[in-house]
Amino acid sequence: MTGTSLIAAPAISPSLDAAARRFAAKRRRSLYVGALVFAGLAALPYAIRDVYLQNVLVLTLLYAALSQSWNILGGYCGQISLGHALYFGIGAYATSILFVNYGVSPWLGLGFGAVLAASVALVIGWPCFRLGGHYFSIATIVIAEAGLLLVQNWDFVGGAMGVQWPFNPDSWATLQFARDKIPYAHLALGLLVATWLVTFVVAESRWGYGWRAVKDDPVAARSLGVEVFRSKMAAAAISAFFTAIGGGLYASYVSYIDPESVMSFRFSLLFALPAVLGGVGTLWGALVGAAILIPITEISRSYLGGTGSGIDLIFYGGLVMVVAIARPEGVLSLFKRSRAARNEEA
Amino acid sequence: MTMQALVQVLASGLLTGLIYGLVAVGLSLIFGLMDVVNFAHGEFLMLAMYLTFGLVVVSGLDPIVLMPLVAALMFVLGGTVYLGVVRFAMRAKANQGMVQIFATFGLAILLQGVAQYLFTPDYRSLQVSWLGGKTLDLGGVYLPWPQVFGALVSLAAFGGLYLLMTRTDFGRALEATREDQGAVALVGIDRNRIFALGWGLGAALVGLAGAVLTVFYYIHPGVGGAFALIAYVTVALGGFGSVFGALAAGLIVGLVEAATTLVLPPSLKSVGVYALYLLVVLVRPQGLFGRL
Amino acid sequence: MSADPSDPILRVDDVTLAFGGLVANRDVTLDVRRGEILGLIGPNGAGKSTLFNLISGVYRPSKGRILFAGADITRLPPAERCRRGIARTFQVPRSFDSMNVLENVTVGALARHSSAASARRAALDTLERVELTHRAEAVAGELTPPEKRRLEVARALATGPRLLLLDEVLTGLTPAEAKAGVALIRRVAATGVTVIMVEHVMEVVMPLVDRAVVLHLGSVLAQGLPADVVRDDGVITAYLGERHRAA
Repeated sequence: MTGTSLIAAPAISPSLDAAARRFAAKRRRSLYVGALVFAGLAALPYAIRDVYLQNVLVLTLLYAALSQSWNILGGYCGQISLGHALYFGIGAYATSILFVNYGVSPWLGLGFGAVLAASVALVIGWPCFRLGGHYFSIATIVIAEAGLLLVQNWDFVGGAMGVQWPFNPDSWATLQFARDKIPYAHLALGLLVATWLVTFVVAESRWGYGWRAVKDDPVAARSLGVEVFRSKMAAAAISAFFTAIGGGLYASYVSYIDPESVMSFRFSLLFALPAVLGGVGTLWGALVGAAILIPITEISRSYLGGTGSGIDLIFYGGLVMVVAIARPEGVLSLFKRSRAARNEEA
Repeated sequence: MTMQALVQVLASGLLTGLIYGLVAVGLSLIFGLMDVVNFAHGEFLMLAMYLTFGLVVVSGLDPIVLMPLVAALMFVLGGTVYLGVVRFAMRAKANQGMVQIFATFGLAILLQGVAQYLFTPDYRSLQVSWLGGKTLDLGGVYLPWPQVFGALVSLAAFGGLYLLMTRTDFGRALEATREDQGAVALVGIDRNRIFALGWGLGAALVGLAGAVLTVFYYIHPGVGGAFALIAYVTVALGGFGSVFGALAAGLIVGLVEAATTLVLPPSLKSVGVYALYLLVVLVRPQGLFGRL
Repeated sequence: MSADPSDPILRVDDVTLAFGGLVANRDVTLDVRRGEILGLIGPNGAGKSTLFNLISGVYRPSKGRILFAGADITRLPPAERCRRGIARTFQVPRSFDSMNVLENVTVGALARHSSAASARRAALDTLERVELTHRAEAVAGELTPPEKRRLEVARALATGPRLLLLDEVLTGLTPAEAKAGVALIRRVAATGVTVIMVEHVMEVVMPLVDRAVVLHLGSVLAQGLPADVVRDDGVITAYLGERHRAA
């Protein structure tokens, strides 16, 4: 079968122009779908009256954005970081300290935290990206824990006590809204759109191809001229940048942070899981995964685990385990499979 | 500070270090065998502690007596986890490394949930051991007997491991697999059997550590996390896959941690260990006794 | 950089590579002329693939120099060597298995193109050349082994190499596939690309190559015209020894 297909030139070889046009059309379709989905998500908070559900929505959008950020390094570039809580914490603390102690606008704080986190990611990446696979993952865990320990013992940032945002009237200038959750839903959505767009653009650039090559096979990537180390550094910096913005937004949303509540290991896991669940290295995986995972965890925590019975953890852990083993390409791949099957039939 | 106080600190660091080595060695063994990091390693330890706790409550026996039983049950658990979970994770065609990480992480969360469901999140401790509260007086240096006992168990376990790896067919098969994955097929060993036994052995070793720890450490569903972190650092320091590297690194970690408490407040006792880890990553990424 | 066409495009100058006590290549010296097809042959473990790894930059030699187009590249990283015009395939195919065929080749083309769009056009063009266009959207992980080998050739070609290192690309093919493969290599060489190919089976390579170099136990055992090399006593002994051991 393969023998014949190798010798005979295929009769239906499409011309280069047709192929390029098809590709451009596919890209445009992705953009339209994106615009549609995000418009729907922007309207959604108005349709939900229940404050509890609005909270679930804000968290879902925020974790989708954070997971999309993680996805840039973990999903596209294949460097499984389990220490992104560090960048999240940097963003949360930078924004909070600048605002609470120095009256700096949280908008500037978000930017400062993002740049700081990206720089820290580069400093950490320099030694750690020489480590492969699991070694890298473990290094990220240890470094994030060390960061947590330092913040816990650093009086300047409030130590274990944390930082409380002052009570102010609702305002977009200070990102403070006492009861209204809709602005936070839009802020989280804004971050999600930003990360989605960055992914969309970068995936079809030199960097995107380089990342995926590095993920699949660094030795082959190198032989094809890909600067492996630089690719990883770039992915880490971009990923940390957006994770820190998410941290800053989260701080403004909960208006009180302490080391455990923004830097503990479970956040690192929470950033990775939606993408893993939905499909790593895909445009929509993080959002799909977050839309499944966050409501389930929030609701099961409320109804099953209110007394700390542990059933929510059993459920959650089981889900992660089963998806990882049964669907390593994520839930999204189920749809791809069925589309491929349809094409086959057609 | 007096000389005696220094010796006191170093001696207790040494004891802790031996126990850390025992906590970590199973992780290293499994990694060396099949290149898989068990991210549920800490939860294995937690489970062994609850197992000891439960058995003590049910039987009324001393945890020391129950230790072999705990190790045996953990052996079964480890083998089961390999056959029931890890074996399938290793078959993944796409994202292999990621699948292993999240399959074992999912398991870790699940085990925490099971512990919480069965035992509630409360902290518990066993006060029933014959060793509890006793101290050993070595010329003015006082060492708590539970830790001394734990250190002795660790030494015995490493001794046993040495004999196992050098004197038995299983040990040689294990060594062959560690050297070269392909060798297994050549020697005609059943890969799955060796891997299942390896997981059993790794779990039994951390089970011993868990049983020892119940005598002097509190038990709760999240206890695995802290020890898992130390185990990762220990294994990274000793060299992934190096069994006796884990022992040496455990000792170093215990000593560094003890030494840190001499200069920094107790809440920062891990700083020295983290710093040491970062130094190793920078200078010798393959660890002291490992190969990359 | 010298452009004299009579200069060798590649010069391996007294290169030794040792891992600990194990010597993989010992005192290897050879010149590769511009535009020729050179066969690198030898029994298993002769050091053929390690020599490829030295030329492409995966390993650095313990001793000796490697010159490409007149410049010393001994210390250059693999990515830089690729940019200078060395491309390779791997003995065990290393396709990017989560990407489709076109994307795989686009990675290679990005070595010569600054934008992804123009790289993709070049990649499509390359796929036509190796007759793999019909598989452009297939995921690389799902290709058959012969298709994977062809993909690797396409990916390497897309980097626009001056020197192409082919590691056992004809191995494991059916006679019909091997024939198509040989034709492809001839077409590539006809465009002025210098080719070094490692093959295990002499019968397949000898008619194709201009010159052959025989490696044995990490050293050059013989080199010259294919017809002369196969009559070399040392070569015959090495290969017979190999066959005896295999039997």
